[in-house]
Amino acid sequence: MNNIFKLIWLIPVLPLIGFLINGLGRKSLSKKTSGILASAVILGSFILSLLTFIQVNQGVTSNVHLFNFIHLNSLKVAFDFKIDQLSVLFLMIITGVGFLIHVYSTAYMHEEEGKDFAKYFAYLNLFVFSMLLLVMGGNYLIMFIGWEGVGLCSYLLIGYWFRNTAYTNAAKKAFVMNRIGDLGFLLALFWLISKIGTVQYDEVFDVANLAKLSNIDITGITLLLFVGATGKSAQIPLFTWLPDAMAGPTPVSALIHAATMVTAGIYMIARSNALFSLAHETQTVITIVGLATALFAASIAIKQNDIKKILAYSTVSQLGFMFLALGTGNYVAAVFHVLTHAFFKALMFLGSGSVIHAMGGEQDIRKMGGLHKHMKITSITFFIGCLAIAGIPGFSGFFSKDEILASAFSHSVVLYSIALFTALLTAFYMFRLYIITFTGTFRGTNDQKHHLHESPKAMTIPLLILALLSIIGGYIGVPEALGGHHYLSAYLSPVVESVEHHLTNSTEYLLMGLSTILVLVAILYAWVKYKNYQIEPEAKGLGKVLQNKWYVDELYQKIIVNPLNAVANFFNNIIETKLIDGAVNGVGKGINYGSRQLRWLQSGQVGAYVLLMVIGILILFFIQLIL
Amino acid sequence: MDIKAYIALSLSLFIIGIIGVLIRRNAIIIFMCIELMLNAVNLLLVAFSKMHALSPVAKASLDYASDAQIFVFFIMVVAAAEVTVGLAIIVMMYRNVHTVDVNFLNRLKN
Repeated sequence: MNNIFKLIWLIPVLPLIGFLINGLGRKSLSKKTSGILASAVILGSFILSLLTFIQVNQGVTSNVHLFNFIHLNSLKVAFDFKIDQLSVLFLMIITGVGFLIHVYSTAYMHEEEGKDFAKYFAYLNLFVFSMLLLVMGGNYLIMFIGWEGVGLCSYLLIGYWFRNTAYTNAAKKAFVMNRIGDLGFLLALFWLISKIGTVQYDEVFDVANLAKLSNIDITGITLLLFVGATGKSAQIPLFTWLPDAMAGPTPVSALIHAATMVTAGIYMIARSNALFSLAHETQTVITIVGLATALFAASIAIKQNDIKKILAYSTVSQLGFMFLALGTGNYVAAVFHVLTHAFFKALMFLGSGSVIHAMGGEQDIRKMGGLHKHMKITSITFFIGCLAIAGIPGFSGFFSKDEILASAFSHSVVLYSIALFTALLTAFYMFRLYIITFTGTFRGTNDQKHHLHESPKAMTIPLLILALLSIIGGYIGVPEALGGHHYLSAYLSPVVESVEHHLTNSTEYLLMGLSTILVLVAILYAWVKYKNYQIEPEAKGLGKVLQNKWYVDELYQKIIVNPLNAVANFFNNIIETKLIDGAVNGVGKGINYGSRQLRWLQSGQVGAYVLLMVIGILILFFIQLIL
Repeated sequence: MDIKAYIALSLSLFIIGIIGVLIRRNAIIIFMCIELMLNAVNLLLVAFSKMHALSPVAKASLDYASDAQIFVFFIMVVAAAEVTVGLAIIVMMYRNVHTVDVNFLNRLKN
């Protein structure tokens, strides 16, 4: 047992301490103190994660047992932390990117009041704590605790500006959608417990590998787990909460989209790869859902005008890519894409936050334009993010996306062509966003124009760091066709079985060349189309459908929300008032009426009482006679 | 004398008592009627006791033959005590409502 593993519990506990101090002392802490405290605890966790990573990288993994959580005869659940290659990688992403977002937040949120400011950081720390618990947990139950905690924190942070009804509605939507997914996760847990009586990862995977579970069990459990993942990671049909989650402060969006929350589903499936590899039906479902989500969300992103909405749909689309990779069995590619996506998506969200900050809260890209002159750092880093997500060779997104495309190609050409088309859409809408926002002429008001400024250092430094990571992040997974060693694949091999590609080098070159050329064409097309951007007239036909997000929200409203409301109304107006109130009030009324009738017996006349007594005695007498 | 005559007498005394309690409103007369009923029962007890003493069972053990006769004396003593309490109540009633009409005792109504 190595020393660092004895301190491993500090990684989640530090953010928890930050949460407690900031949450309890929110009225007395100064803004500076709470900001520094919140960032410092995450930095502490990051340093510990880094030290752990160094250990794990040498092949030392551990299952750290802390205490017994549930100890019954039939079920024993330990409070374990599983420290291996996969979880440490996620720890690094969460604490690393999380730390940058915390630093950024200290500047972004500076206009908030002191106690709201501390509350914000308390939530942020709690969020990181939950996510760390989710990732480090040594069994599904600990993961589930973190899973729920993440859902709660997303609710708290999306509804951070709770005085705005639309924002609280968005928070509620996120929470309810997540709960639907959580139910799937919970059912999967129950299924596991009832079949094999344990939720410990190692034991579950051992049992699964020894073919002790029937095919139906494995398919059912994995499908239910996948339902949980669709909720957390915003896949069809539970994806609509993620774009609405833009109601929260921008750094929160970055945290939800990049480092935490949405990657939970990917992590869970990658963690359970031993189960999922056995369930081919589930893999097919995941592939289809992932690809459909990727295409669907990308098509919506083309026509959105809210800078954060575009990024949100782009996240949904990228998550679809990750699920595509998971479905095709290439877990390494999915984790790789999580990593690179965490860098460039955090970069772009924080960049958009910087833009919104400069624009004084404006989020509509139609009212921006020409921002490059005013905020060079934001513009350049954002451009790097766009290049990375579009998959330009040399940037991180290229390597991870290319790997996903290659694994789709090795499965079927149809999958590959749809995925490639989605990648082209991605390049197109990201550059549409960049060109409309940062080039051309400014289209906002004069007030806004005077207010334009580059953001403070606390915001630009995280951007620069993330930009650097977006460039170099991909080099840990250079495919062998390009003379690399795919360090990540080797690193993850103890946890995740790596897949053989069966693709010759020349095929890979062809695929890379094809996607690169097409992506460049898409970017060029975006440039030609939007370089002289004027505010467009209302879109018609397909454009209007896309602008309205395929009317999915309206569809859900019609087929789920409205019938539910109708049923609720029926129960409220008919069952509640007539049946339940009727029964309750009826009892009261009956007793009132009965007692009013009985009152006449109590006449107050002594003679009457005596008469009744005599009558009573006579009745008893006759009863005696008859019997 | 035949036991039936005693039964008839005590029954008629008892019924007179009941009717008196029911139809009279004067508390003292009601009280007297109650005493009448008590004495009707006493009379019956004594009559049955006398009849029992003549039976062969009682003759076999004379120890218990006249128990009821003694019992009646106890009842009379208790009744005398009861009369003192009852009369005291009636006196208190008169002091409070200045009448002995029971129909005025209706303050618990409503």
